Amino acid sequence: MKTPSVVGYLDRLFFHAGEKAAVRVSVLDPSRRYTAELVRMVCGETGPKGPGLKEEKIQAGLAAQYEGTEQPTPVGSYAIVEKLPSLRAVELSLLAWPTLPGRCEQTMVHLGALRLFLDAAGAVALSANAETISTDRPLRPCWWYRVTARYDPSTGAASVTSMPFAGPHNDRRGATKARLPRGARLGAPMLFAASPKAGGGARDHFYGKLEAPVLRSNRDVARWDFARGMGTARIEEISRRRLHGRLVNVPKRAVTGSKWDGSVHDWRQDPSHYAAIHFHGDDLHDARWMPSFALKLPQDLKSGFYAIKLQASGPPFYVGFIVSPGPRAKRAKLAVLASTVTYLAYANYRRRMTPGPLELAMGALPTVDMTDILLARHPEFGNSTYDVHRDGFGVSYASIRRPLFNMRPGGRFWNFAMDLCLIDWLDHEGIDYDVITDHELHAQGAGLLKRYRAVMTGSHPEYYSLEMLKACEGFLAAGGRFLYMGGNGFYWRVTFPGAYPGMIELRRTEDGTRAWAEKPGQYYHSTGEYGGLWLRLGRPPNALAGVGFIAQGFDASTYYRRTAASCDARAAFLFEGIGEELVGDFGAWGDGAAGLEIDAYDDKLGSPRHALVVATSENHSNAFLLVNEEMTSNSHGVDGTLNARVKADMVFFETPAGGAVFSTGSIAYVASLAHNDYDNNIVRLTRNAVRRFLDPAPFKPPAS
Amino acid sequence: MTPAIDPRRLDLAAEYRAKPFGRHSPELQALLNVMRRAENCQDLILVSVAPGKWVLGQRLPDGQPPRLFADRVFDSLEDGEWEAFKRRWRALAGEELKLP
Repeated sequence: MKTPSVVGYLDRLFFHAGEKAAVRVSVLDPSRRYTAELVRMVCGETGPKGPGLKEEKIQAGLAAQYEGTEQPTPVGSYAIVEKLPSLRAVELSLLAWPTLPGRCEQTMVHLGALRLFLDAAGAVALSANAETISTDRPLRPCWWYRVTARYDPSTGAASVTSMPFAGPHNDRRGATKARLPRGARLGAPMLFAASPKAGGGARDHFYGKLEAPVLRSNRDVARWDFARGMGTARIEEISRRRLHGRLVNVPKRAVTGSKWDGSVHDWRQDPSHYAAIHFHGDDLHDARWMPSFALKLPQDLKSGFYAIKLQASGPPFYVGFIVSPGPRAKRAKLAVLASTVTYLAYANYRRRMTPGPLELAMGALPTVDMTDILLARHPEFGNSTYDVHRDGFGVSYASIRRPLFNMRPGGRFWNFAMDLCLIDWLDHEGIDYDVITDHELHAQGAGLLKRYRAVMTGSHPEYYSLEMLKACEGFLAAGGRFLYMGGNGFYWRVTFPGAYPGMIELRRTEDGTRAWAEKPGQYYHSTGEYGGLWLRLGRPPNALAGVGFIAQGFDASTYYRRTAASCDARAAFLFEGIGEELVGDFGAWGDGAAGLEIDAYDDKLGSPRHALVVATSENHSNAFLLVNEEMTSNSHGVDGTLNARVKADMVFFETPAGGAVFSTGSIAYVASLAHNDYDNNIVRLTRNAVRRFLDPAPFKPPAS
Repeated sequence: MTPAIDPRRLDLAAEYRAKPFGRHSPELQALLNVMRRAENCQDLILVSVAPGKWVLGQRLPDGQPPRLFADRVFDSLEDGEWEAFKRRWRALAGEELKLP
């Protein structure tokens, strides 16, 4: 029962043939030796009902064996100011909103040998040259305090106070005054929310919000205004000296500050209400590992799903990535759009390994594998956007610069691993395709899709930026053909803060199936975009794909039953060679093609009126529950045994520009393709759809 | 003290054993809802230790990694689910589950 003993990451999620990738590896195995192979991923581990793991080794000039070391991961966010004038007696003040006082020592300001912090009891303390004074009055969690400290290195005179903001609590000022050792060094670097660690990095991270730090010395006053530079990795100091600093490991910005009173909800309207930064000891943007070796991708490498397979003792660790066509590459007619943004949102998902009644929502025990267990043993690899930080606040950022534990063939049958079912079938069918990525779609827009006649999504394209949605809409408006091969797609808005390449930001606002809920006043991203469900933002998935998220359950899948519309002449091509009334009554996930997360047609939510619902699932289990955004208040009768709305709709419609959309409305659909050695009615249906969608003959919507 | 679940309802246990995934009778679903509450679920998970091989694990608080119950390896998810059901039955019914 071994876990992998080597892990790694790349700085990007996609590459082109011929490019060079820096591979960063940390070797946990005591031998410090490991092997590395480049593999093309064809099929993930599908369980006993699927074809199982398939990978092709690619010759890429890698060594037979490598030696390495365990590389530290400097987790935890803070701010650092690297230049300061010479200092004499100092006064430090700031506003603090601690979220975990009393758990451990937490630094608010570290200045040379002077440290202003919360002691282990949660009281404000000041130390100089390792001696400490404390107010001995623990702070209340999630309440604002003005914290002030003074120290004179020539005399050792020191004081520290904490003053709660007025409120209903019986909370009082804390203060103490005493002598600390004289001569403590005061100077740069100055850190907010952590102390420097010997050998690099930081320790004693602060959990909570800090605001408006001020440093007074001699007659100089330095003031940092965290309301400035929102969406950047910079903190701005507003005196004439401009003692700006930088943020490390992406603490959360665009959060409510001490002044916030509910009168403003968009930080751009009055940034002074958002002059705080929320720091966490488990934030991680960049693991900052040293490159271990360079991988030169062969010039003739086929576009597809790939991984660097690292192995020491124990099972392998796969560093997954996509090879997409370069700017001058000849394109296939069909593109598979790999959901790299959704993969990133789910990366390092720990929630299944934390206590709680998850089965009430899933209908089965949560499942993990030994690679997930490795993740659980290494909190420093950061969280997913499904997790909460140690202080209980939701994780809003997902970075690519760290080991990603879900870009691989095994583990949960989901995302990357599930999408390989599509790749496996396309390869088996001999259909030529390119693989392109969400990240390229965001950057390049509709122009990327317009190079293809048809675009096929993966099984679960859940997270979309506005740019990505517009790109898909632009593709359809130009006559493109779109195959939505999954469920719960185009659901959450994500944004890309420009200061952090490849990283996404997410705010789970208002409504929806949420792993956590964004706090009031914080519904606008640091980019200035309003977060939440695209359904609540006026762009329901139904308008793009004809269907939208309706229910989920994780115990068993079921079949679709063809409707009368499947015999409509417009949809006849889809069911050529299919005599059965039931389709997809088999599959590697839950024995059916309709399962996991499913979508339904709803013209009130924008599904086109002329769309044909050609098949509908039925007989879903008790575990399938109507999603809460479809209800205005809770009620009985929302499970799959009682509620007729709990069903996956398979939809086809034509667009005015001669294109068309085919949507399966189910994540489990692609896991049925390999059934019976790829000879089944889901294969025939998918083959019919792909063939027609690659045929240049224009589609024609019906006359209204 | 009255047990949280009725130890006489072996019919529900048999229904679950025959079909742990998929549609259940309302009475079995009600029983499962009791077993799966936070205070009753024992924070169990299934851990794949090799393709097709599973062990039960327990999720632990404060970011600790799950504890693995490595003494019993199951050849299917269904067998692992059944073991979890039996553990919860024992805790809630106050006696071992023995199907005829």
